[in-house]
Amino acid sequence: MLIRTKPDVAPSEITPKSVYLRRRHFLAQAVALGLVAPLLPAQAQAATARKLSGRKSPFSTTEKMTPYKDVTTYNNFYEFGTGKDEPAVYAPKMKTRPWSVMVDGEVEHGGRFDIEDLLKLAPMEDRIYRHRCVEAWSMVIPWVGYPLSALIKRVQPTGRAKYVAFTTRLDRETMVGTRLPYLNWPYVEGLRLDEAMNPLALLTFGLYGEVLPNQNGAPVRVVVPWKYGFKSAKSIVRITFTETQPKTAWNQAAPNEYGFYSNVNPHVDHPRWSQARERRIGEDGFFTPKRKTLMFNGYGEQVASLYAGMDLRKFF
Amino acid sequence: MWQPSRAQLGAIKAAVFALCLAPFVHLAWGVAYDALGANPVEAVTHSTGWWTLFLLCATLTVTPLRRATGANWLLKLRRMLGLYAFFYACLHFTTYVWLDQWFDLSAMAVDVLKRPYITIGFTAFLLLMPLAATSTNAMQRRLGRNWQRVHRFIYLIAAFGVLHFWWLVKRDITEPAIFGLVLAGLLGVRLYGSMRRRARGAAAANAKSSELGSRPTFRRAPG
Repeated sequence: MLIRTKPDVAPSEITPKSVYLRRRHFLAQAVALGLVAPLLPAQAQAATARKLSGRKSPFSTTEKMTPYKDVTTYNNFYEFGTGKDEPAVYAPKMKTRPWSVMVDGEVEHGGRFDIEDLLKLAPMEDRIYRHRCVEAWSMVIPWVGYPLSALIKRVQPTGRAKYVAFTTRLDRETMVGTRLPYLNWPYVEGLRLDEAMNPLALLTFGLYGEVLPNQNGAPVRVVVPWKYGFKSAKSIVRITFTETQPKTAWNQAAPNEYGFYSNVNPHVDHPRWSQARERRIGEDGFFTPKRKTLMFNGYGEQVASLYAGMDLRKFF
Repeated sequence: MWQPSRAQLGAIKAAVFALCLAPFVHLAWGVAYDALGANPVEAVTHSTGWWTLFLLCATLTVTPLRRATGANWLLKLRRMLGLYAFFYACLHFTTYVWLDQWFDLSAMAVDVLKRPYITIGFTAFLLLMPLAATSTNAMQRRLGRNWQRVHRFIYLIAAFGVLHFWWLVKRDITEPAIFGLVLAGLLGVRLYGSMRRRARGAAAANAKSSELGSRPTFRRAPG
């Protein structure tokens, strides 16, 4: 067995801290002076974000995209507070490196996946999806990721696996919202295995051509566009394959209001409000009527067969 | 206790008027310059609802504060506070009817009948109308003692308002709970005060009757 004793990089080759700090300072100044900003597209002016993009996807919608600012400053991520402006304020403190995802339960080839390996597991795709929140607002978001099925095929679920559960990181230090028991932390969401295998279910690493901002679920999340937004778990640290239906966060909090399936369905109202219509953020003006919500958020062609013969009022 | 002069009271009233109008100006400015965030309709709905509850509580604070401090002039601000609560309630209701429901009568009927938080909010708004309508001096004179009976409904209205808020939030009940505590406190102070006054009145009446050695007399309430 070969034991390498010499480090790959000699100390003399390492850039002194003072130099790289100066370099950062210079870049920051250049950005501040507007030297760099005009060169970047309007949406990519967060100068520090890493680029991430992929090939085009036939699953993308051609609808008008919701502005980057709205996507990244108006969203729910209760770990960082219950206000929709709070995740953008508190989430940047969360560290997303090092990061790994534990894959366990009913799988042949489970184990710990480092985020850098996950990023390389399959070719990235740009997918512009409609996003419908259970609170009756919606967006159109250009996600970057690859089908969740690529990971599932890689880890090989056993014959007993019927469901897959996603666990969000629980970091009491930076996740200020977890100091109160709004939900049963850590946040767990789940899908039936055939739902997770559907080509629309996306393992997501970026949006708008950049890696995910923390508030949107960095460094890795799922996006399940035909279900209400809360089904798409963020900042995932564990993926567990199970035989029985996992206990999910919102379903546990209010079982009569948030079903396990939570498919977007204009005919089944939330007990407290109608789901027939929605407000498209950033597009519909102040004096625009709300638009009609589409069955399965408009993805019926791809997913309706998953629920053939099921009473969707009962399995809401 | 300090009593403001006529001019001072005018200045105080003008200041309170401007303060109560400030949230409206802020919202109007926000709508005009698109400065209310990603979901301006939601922002307007929440803000107008929040200020309605705040001003209902402010209106209810006047009497306990006046009793505690002896600053009777505070009473002269009460009508304005109450009418401002109605003003924000009207904006809140209009936002729902127009910007949220787009005058869809059948959808609103379903909402009012089916969704408890809307049922109770709508009821509170209906109950607030007669209070606003009878807020003038002339109506106060005409109704006499009944005026106070009508206006005691403000407690019920405020309680309905808090429930309306409580029942609509998804998980985080902090804010409606704070409003609920404030309202319970105000009601508690009021009940305690009236119980004490009644006890003191009864004691005084007893003392008087034993002093005079006669039966207590019952006077008819003045018309």
